[in-house]
Amino acid sequence: MAAVSLTVNGKPVTTDVDPRTLLVQLLREELRLTGTHVGCDTSQCGACVVHVNGKAVKSCTVLALQLEGAQVLTIEGLAPTDGPLHPMQEAFRENHGLQCGYCTPGMIMTAVDIVRRKGHELDDRTIREELEGNICRCTGYHNIVKAIAAGARAMQAGAASQAAE
Amino acid sequence: MYAFTFRRPETLRQAANLLSKNGDAKPLAGGHTLLPTMKLRLASPPELIDLSRIEGLEGIELTGRALTIGAMARHADVHGSPVVQQAIPVLAKLAGMIGDPAVRHMGTIGGSIANNDPSADYPAACLGLGATIVTNKRRIKADDFFTGMFSTALEPAEIITKVSFPIPKKAAYQKFRNQASRYALVGVFVAKRGGDIRVAVTGAGANGVFRIQSFEEALKKRFSPKSLEGMTIPADGMNSDIHGSAEYRAHLVGVLARRAVAEAVGK
Amino acid sequence: MCATGIGAAVRRKEDHRFITGKGHYTDDINQPGQAYAYFVRSPHAHATIKSIEAKEAARMPGVLGVLTGAELAADKIGNLICGWMIHSKDGSPMKMAPHPALASGKACFVGDPVAVVIAATLAQARDAAEKVKVDYAVLPAVTDPAQAQKSGVPQIHEVAPNNTIYQWHLGDAKAVESAFTSAKHVTKLDLVNNRLVPNAMEPRVAIGDYDTGSGTFTLWNTSQNPHVARLVIAAFVGMAPEHKLRVIAPDVGGGFGSKIFIYPEEVVALWAAKRVGRPVKWTAERSESFLCDAHGRDHVTHAEMAFDAEGRIVALRAKTVANLGAYMSTFSSAVPTYLYATLLSGQYEIPQIYCEVDAVYTNTGPVDAYRGAGRPEATFVVERLVEVGAREMGQDPAELRRKNFVKEFPHQTPVIMNYDTGDYNASLKRALEIADYKGFGRRKRESARNGKLRGVGFSTYIEACGIAPSAAVGSLGAGVGLWESAEVRVNPTGSVEVLTGCHAHGQGHETTFAQLVSDRLGIPIDNVSIIHGDTDKVQFGMGTYGSRSGAVGMSALVKALDKVEAKAKKVAAHMLEAAEGDIEFKDGKFSVAGTDKSAAWGEVALNAYIAHKFSGQELEPGLKEGAFYDPTNFTFPAGCHICEVEIDPETGNTEIAAWTAVDDFGVVVNPMIVEGQVHGGVAQGVGQALYEGAVYDKDGQLVTGSLLDYCMPRADHLPALNVATTVTKCPSNPLGIKGCGEAGAIAAPAAVINAITDAIGTEAIAMPATPQAVWAALKKAGRSLPHAA
Repeated sequence: MAAVSLTVNGKPVTTDVDPRTLLVQLLREELRLTGTHVGCDTSQCGACVVHVNGKAVKSCTVLALQLEGAQVLTIEGLAPTDGPLHPMQEAFRENHGLQCGYCTPGMIMTAVDIVRRKGHELDDRTIREELEGNICRCTGYHNIVKAIAAGARAMQAGAASQAAE
Repeated sequence: MYAFTFRRPETLRQAANLLSKNGDAKPLAGGHTLLPTMKLRLASPPELIDLSRIEGLEGIELTGRALTIGAMARHADVHGSPVVQQAIPVLAKLAGMIGDPAVRHMGTIGGSIANNDPSADYPAACLGLGATIVTNKRRIKADDFFTGMFSTALEPAEIITKVSFPIPKKAAYQKFRNQASRYALVGVFVAKRGGDIRVAVTGAGANGVFRIQSFEEALKKRFSPKSLEGMTIPADGMNSDIHGSAEYRAHLVGVLARRAVAEAVGK
Repeated sequence: MCATGIGAAVRRKEDHRFITGKGHYTDDINQPGQAYAYFVRSPHAHATIKSIEAKEAARMPGVLGVLTGAELAADKIGNLICGWMIHSKDGSPMKMAPHPALASGKACFVGDPVAVVIAATLAQARDAAEKVKVDYAVLPAVTDPAQAQKSGVPQIHEVAPNNTIYQWHLGDAKAVESAFTSAKHVTKLDLVNNRLVPNAMEPRVAIGDYDTGSGTFTLWNTSQNPHVARLVIAAFVGMAPEHKLRVIAPDVGGGFGSKIFIYPEEVVALWAAKRVGRPVKWTAERSESFLCDAHGRDHVTHAEMAFDAEGRIVALRAKTVANLGAYMSTFSSAVPTYLYATLLSGQYEIPQIYCEVDAVYTNTGPVDAYRGAGRPEATFVVERLVEVGAREMGQDPAELRRKNFVKEFPHQTPVIMNYDTGDYNASLKRALEIADYKGFGRRKRESARNGKLRGVGFSTYIEACGIAPSAAVGSLGAGVGLWESAEVRVNPTGSVEVLTGCHAHGQGHETTFAQLVSDRLGIPIDNVSIIHGDTDKVQFGMGTYGSRSGAVGMSALVKALDKVEAKAKKVAAHMLEAAEGDIEFKDGKFSVAGTDKSAAWGEVALNAYIAHKFSGQELEPGLKEGAFYDPTNFTFPAGCHICEVEIDPETGNTEIAAWTAVDDFGVVVNPMIVEGQVHGGVAQGVGQALYEGAVYDKDGQLVTGSLLDYCMPRADHLPALNVATTVTKCPSNPLGIKGCGEAGAIAAPAAVINAITDAIGTEAIAMPATPQAVWAALKKAGRSLPHAA
């Protein structure tokens, strides 16, 4: 066992782990943050995407021990509990960007990362290319693409209104 | 995964010592090849030496006529670096074609090169640009570095610290993806720097990345896609699998080489 | 239509938990004291198991037990079964080989479970599994269905000589023969319907638990039909009496058919839980999903279509070999027979049809229903024949279709089905407009200027959904009835719980079923909860597959709501001191006809329970009603999909340039959800046509055993989709619903291949039409363009 300290959804976590513990296992099994999912064993599907130090990362392909001192954000931490949804979450709901919901947390975390890197005006082509590490079997992506475009714009509007306050 | 111990050295020397002490230990860079392999229990290193805490391995800088990229620079860093975009735009573009956005946030240039996956993109860039791979022990020319599928000139306890790329006058990379894995089914990198013309191919060769002398000779006469018209390479020695026969891969090499030259000359 | 009623694009009630990471999928569940199962699977496609040495594994840290087929047999755990009897032409019953949950004596495919290790942690179970030594005598294998029946080929099961499960047929062979003899033109095709891996994003999971106090088992699993799982595991596997087995399928992350079936791992989780005295959890890795989830399709077909001088179809015949894999999965026998040959009339008036189907065993994973199940295979046969026929006869493919459409209803086909209603011309016409078919020539020329080949392809498909009238399927061999149930519980405060035997795993039932209740009872949709997926809570039901939940499940709900309304009217009559016959119910209000006396829904609900206004002799207290609905016919969704492709002739790469779908699903409850179903179905159909294909090598190794080699469609593989509907109301169910879940997957493959073959000018291309395949087809046809600079 080895010790690791990191911050998950704003809360400090210090724990002893078997060195082979993956971040996704730490999240799901020890912290009971089960919104992050495992859909494959070859780092392809993206159901496990979380943010590490602000960037999208596949939590199935990172050891917990690699994250000493890191800031981790999962789908559960994207919006305050009982607070308003994050604009990207809201956009997925509004645009029917999910069906079974299994890939959805990874999709939303990836989408927020796309906006960070590519801005708020996203065209169809850009979004589709940026989703190459996230697989959905239900939606045919059509409404996911719509949701991300809408969510990206809403994030800008949200940021603008916050700035005005 | 099988059980292993995890080491977090803070200097290159410590890392090298740990690797010397345990011949089966593996350095861990971004982990995006090693960890999936370990998850499938296809690799079982008893010790992982995490390189991420070692200072000075991540920098990207332009020095004279060479662009130097630290071994721990992430694909996303290279892709997004204004220095790279200015000096060798195709290298920034190539980095943005590796894996997917989340993979690019973790994967490193040093890890990719040390692994020398026969379908990886960076080896094509290194060979195509005539890069020099710098380790804790020496400097190795790309032409000498890649020694075959998943094998390199690296010796035990030798750690890549940076890669130095001479600035080309013209260069382009054309990648045709394996639809499933998104790795290069075939990738062709072409570069021209003075009279030095290089055509490097990844994905296609059974022994990993390689150069095509006949194409280079033809392009030396005139650096134009027209120079490659009708030129092909033999299917012998090409990879062959369900995604592409040797014949198809050989054909794609010709197509992509012409397209790369066209892109490089801005057509 | 009210804002949350039938026809409204209500945003989904279930989404909040999914977008906040608060869903409850099976793998999110853990039981106190839970142990973990890891399966030892055969690395050989066909091998005798000479011995299993488990002593060393049993001594490994954390190991609670190592179990094999021998212990399974000793404990008298029964075999898994296929629940649909098919008889061969000669009247003999299908040859169902024993399928134990752990292979005994012989392993029949790569991935066949031969032992299981139960340990305190998953890592310990996996470590120990590597120490289980299985001594195999490797046997030669057969994986290609076209080879399976030949002499000299390895025999997989003793009960099935020549690996033949059945030789079935449908239709009048002689009449077809004579129609072909007098035909003006005959189109012939050899078609392979490629084998697919369902790949729901959530891998399968099973958690077994045994309560020694009550003698009750509980199974949490990723199931589309928990009651069917309970029935099979109780009645056939014999794990426990049905009332001592609870099956819970919570949030399920996609199914597409693959989670209908009863799998070995579920049986083993329950059995092992009792053996080791702890709950046992098994979670599939994606690699296991590839090997062991039931695959789909895998047909080899020769088909012919005969036309008269006017281009009218006079007959169709097809001979198909269907690969069912190493064992017969739960409904495998029905897929290439009654779900396939019965749809070979397509949207056309075809006087004579004859179809022969041989089902075979091979040393590959089991094959069963996958989105569309038989109907995509039928559509591919019919729509490829019509398209190629049009090309051969020099007719416009849209025009040839129009000429042959069924125009009068009801229409009895020669292959059992009785089409109740439809307007095939309407969907074709609308699709041609949306796709700008007239402008195709211009677009093709523009593509040519860019060195690209452009093609257009049609698929005017039909499917039989609303599965299914029980007596009808019973007469065809089904072991179960395919009705559905619903129970409506009205609470004293007027809120409503609906218990449905359907199961949602992406379809949005929590919203659409609630829309029906909101519409009918005039109550806010937030006052309605939909409960499903737990055999202890919900009355028996048949689950969700075959686009049945709207047409059958919601019809059951209508029946239950009828009863609730009738009872509520009695209560209201007592409250309002009026005759029951004078009570009217509208917009959530009970009123006495011709007066201003009324009672709100909530008041009536409360009065039903406080029972102050009536005596026990007059009326039972409470307001809860159940119903079972058995459909009287299949439903027949149909439509027209048009695909336009652009091909790079140098690389063979195909891009879908445009997609138009115009479908007739009857009455649409929630257009947003219906469109989503079409999008997803099309993506799977495009996946089959362009990207997906399970490949076994000659030794039976699955070459496409991970997402690195099996291409799942990604966002940049697909375009935005133009989706529209036309409506003819289904006459056989109370809401007029036909069903929408499978349409895209059924329609799409033929549309894509028709477009590609139009572009490349040769019919010789197999699915998936990968860049390499298209390049090779062009090369073979001598149509490769000169290299463009």
